[in-house]
Amino acid sequence: MIENFDLSLVNWSRAQFALTAIYHWLFVPLTLGLSFILAFMETLYVRTGDEMWKKITKFWMTLFGINFAIGVATGIILEFEFGTNWSNYSWFVGDIFGAPLAVEGIMAFFLESTFVAVMFFGWNKVSKKFHLASTWLVAVGANLSALWILVANAWMENPVGMVFNPDTARNEMNSFSQVIFNPVAVDKFLHTVTSGFVLASVFVIGISSWFLIRKREEMLARKSIYIAGIFGLISALAVAFTGDTSARTLAKVQPVKFAAMEALYEGKTDAGLTVIGALSDNGERIGEKKVHDVKMKIEIPGLLSFMTTGRSDGYVPGLKDLINGNPDRGILSVAEMMERGRYARQVLTDYKVAKELGDNDSMATLAAKFEDTDFIENYFRYFGYSYFEHPWQVIPSVPVIFYAFRVMVGLGFFFILLFILAIWFHRRRTLERNRWFLWLALFSIPLAYLASELGWIVTEMGRQPWIIQNLMPVNVAVSNISAGAVQTTFWLFAVLFTALLTAEISIMVKQIKIGPKH
Amino acid sequence: MMVSYLFLREYWWLIMSLLAGLLVFLMFVQGGQSFIFSLPRNDMQRKMVVNSLGRKWEFTFTTLVTFGGAFFASFPLFYASSFGGAYYLWMAILFSFIIQAVAYEYRSKPANVFGTSVFDTFLFINGCLGPFLIGVAVATFFTGSDFTLDLFNRVSWGTGWHGLEALINPVNLLLGLAVLFLTRVLGLMYLENSVDDAELTRSIRKALLRNAIPFLLFFLAFVAFMLFGKGYRADAVTGEVTLVKHHYLNNLLGNIVILVLFAGGVVAVLYSLWLGIIRGSRKAIWFAGSGTVPVVMALFFLTGYGETAFYPSSTDPDSSLTLARASSSYFTLKTMMYVSFIIPAVVAYIWYAWSSINRKRITMEEMNGDDHMY
Ligand code: HDD
Ligand code: HEM
Ligand code: HEM
Repeated sequence: MIENFDLSLVNWSRAQFALTAIYHWLFVPLTLGLSFILAFMETLYVRTGDEMWKKITKFWMTLFGINFAIGVATGIILEFEFGTNWSNYSWFVGDIFGAPLAVEGIMAFFLESTFVAVMFFGWNKVSKKFHLASTWLVAVGANLSALWILVANAWMENPVGMVFNPDTARNEMNSFSQVIFNPVAVDKFLHTVTSGFVLASVFVIGISSWFLIRKREEMLARKSIYIAGIFGLISALAVAFTGDTSARTLAKVQPVKFAAMEALYEGKTDAGLTVIGALSDNGERIGEKKVHDVKMKIEIPGLLSFMTTGRSDGYVPGLKDLINGNPDRGILSVAEMMERGRYARQVLTDYKVAKELGDNDSMATLAAKFEDTDFIENYFRYFGYSYFEHPWQVIPSVPVIFYAFRVMVGLGFFFILLFILAIWFHRRRTLERNRWFLWLALFSIPLAYLASELGWIVTEMGRQPWIIQNLMPVNVAVSNISAGAVQTTFWLFAVLFTALLTAEISIMVKQIKIGPKH
Repeated sequence: MMVSYLFLREYWWLIMSLLAGLLVFLMFVQGGQSFIFSLPRNDMQRKMVVNSLGRKWEFTFTTLVTFGGAFFASFPLFYASSFGGAYYLWMAILFSFIIQAVAYEYRSKPANVFGTSVFDTFLFINGCLGPFLIGVAVATFFTGSDFTLDLFNRVSWGTGWHGLEALINPVNLLLGLAVLFLTRVLGLMYLENSVDDAELTRSIRKALLRNAIPFLLFFLAFVAFMLFGKGYRADAVTGEVTLVKHHYLNNLLGNIVILVLFAGGVVAVLYSLWLGIIRGSRKAIWFAGSGTVPVVMALFFLTGYGETAFYPSSTDPDSSLTLARASSSYFTLKTMMYVSFIIPAVVAYIWYAWSSINRKRITMEEMNGDDHMY
């Protein structure tokens, strides 16, 4: 297929996708979590009839609306970017990947946008119960849209539920349930939405703390801190739990990413989990990639082996095993996979040529291969490897993933503590006296965003160079346009999104300063 | 359920046509936005216009998003070829929608950095460019684009203009302008229906005639060129694509369903114009809407059904996309068909929610109230 692709085109396309995805993700997690917090608050209003709760709900709802609008604006672009920038990818897998995207539109986006309108404009027009139901439906709709897009994303990390069709030269879905119940999808959905709940809880606690620091709206602030504290604590525990299960699944389906997260070069038994460490270049190279030592390491002995294999003396393969192969452990070398992938690609090309020439006999023999289990499991499986020139090309950037992962996890435990403190001080009625805590909570807001973005950095950078694990590298997926075209739109997006973000933050801060309406 | 592959493809083209029809109708929001600087006489009137449109913009937007997603799932080769090839055209459309999405929420909020007039300009740009460019893009379904597909179905675009070249084809422009003026007419009718203000109503009536005339002229001109010009016929047996005179006319006359949809839709739209302009009725929007949807569907049917290439290549006819060539696999289309069965439920709850907050028309008093306001 494409033998000589334009590297700068690939890089600009990646940069553009990363830019737009990172922006989108600045707004989405708050929507996911705050929508539920609104629903809790409004439920209390309807249950108790206390106007105070209505005021509180309406205040947070204003902030929700400001955030929601820009979440929508940044989302549409991602949807179309698969076609505009990754058109070869879109054709190769549209059959599978497009389906959840379409379901998302039909099932989730309409639900969300319909009831958002009722939520904002319906206060004096519909009954209390109907309004409450609408607020809940917004939360359900938002989280359903997360479900579908994450099913799609998980498929790229662990492609399942499909067969290859040599006639159309693409993968076609043969099991929708396998796509939905993909283990990666389950982990990813639970981890991602709960991380959104955590972020929103930190947001609510942080802003409420600011009111307390300013000695304003104390009732609103205390009540909000309590609700967000409980919701946040439950969610933060769930985040840690689902993060752990994500890592276990990862070790099975993307061992290279997993080894990179741990900067594990040499495979070993009794592998410990590095809690803190610093990477240093030890001068050694795998191809053109640097090899790092982990310095200043604090580790929990045996834990990594235990997590991946269930036994503390289990073997965890390192990057060197995964690249060079390790026959004793049944690990194929990447060079071998490249060979097998090339063979599979040759079969496909022969088939195409036979078809062009109308050579029915060869066509029949070659087509039979695509139904032969041995060919599928031992050759075609490595199709994507045929595009590489050197085995080391499959190694992602180790330092980025190693540090991003540690910061995310560290913050995860920090948030658990933060929520416990919030609940504790609220119960003892000592929130106002512990000003250090209020300040800490306020400054935790950016940290929650940081943790959340870093999560995606781990996932997405960690799977480079693949766009679809083992099947398609990014440089094959890209649209056939000029790098200049992508550069133009990249800068347009960068300027436009930054301008909109500036407006968003400024409006948000102003609304917070204004406070709730009396 | 046993259904044929052919049936599924045609079913999905029907869904895409329906979404397209709904999208064009719902672009009354854009049409209304294009009047933001000309129709209202003062800030209060502008506020009423913006707020009545602002309660509907999400539906149009979401329909556009769903249209994209459903095309991706059902005809991925179209999604890949058109979006990846006519890059600038689609990007321009997207830009015009990105700026819309924030404009309503931010325009009247304090500390919005750029000021109300910038956000209103965003609404104006989206209101004009959105419908116009979408019309141009859809016109290429009839006039063709300059692209080729290789052995592995990868697209190469013929010009470095990546879709912008569609703007120099007069036939494309005709449809673009027709859609623009249609959405303006729809926007006026919607405002007439939903805003309760005597002065504004008078301006709306005057504007209605001035916009209905160009709409009719551009639309008739496009239809004439399309029906009496050449069309891209795809041979059912050999798959060969050729330019054939009166091809779309033959499709229209050869299929009674398309003919009825088209003629019925046109009549409904004309009737709505008479209602709106001569009778000054507030109900015009309903007839205009129920006419617009079938006409757009009929146009889509003309390019998709009956031995036609719906996304033709003007330079390499063999690369043209037919429903059969561009569609997803049997399995996907069938699974997605089951999913599509929930669409009536979606329409039902939208209707219910919509009518429950829309019982009262927008008035000046409401604008001075304390509800969420744009
Ligand atoms: C449905 C799929 C999907 C989803 C939900 C996301 N991404 Fe992604 N991302 C991709 C599908 C993708 C991709 C299309 O597959 C890219 C483009 C090229 C590539 O390798 O992966 C990609 C690339 C990509 C890169 C560039 C990686 C590199 O070039 O090394 C970054 C930093 C992100 N994404 C970040 C994010 C963030 C912050 C997301 C949160 C919303 C996100 N992605 C969601
Ligand atoms: C490449 C991936 C993605 C695409 C193509 C995408 C697409 C979109 C689109 C088109 C919208 C606007 C919908 C509307 O019209 O209302 C949107 C909004 C939204 N998306 Fe995404 N999205 C992506 C990633 C994600 C992820 C990873 C999540 C959550 C886990 C998510 C959750 C949401 C939510 C909750 C909204 C509602 C608006 C808001 O949050 O402010 N999206 N997305
Ligand atoms: C507490 C300990 C945590 C652990 C053990 C953990 C673990 C993980 C792992 C292993 C991944 C990669 C999954 C993959 O590549 O498929 C991941 C991704 C992610 N993490 Fe965490 N994480 C933790 C805390 C957090 C926190 C606090 C946040 C944000 C508030 C967060 C947000 C995310 C996001 C958004 C992703 C990307 C989505 C995904 O792939 O699931 N995580 N996490």
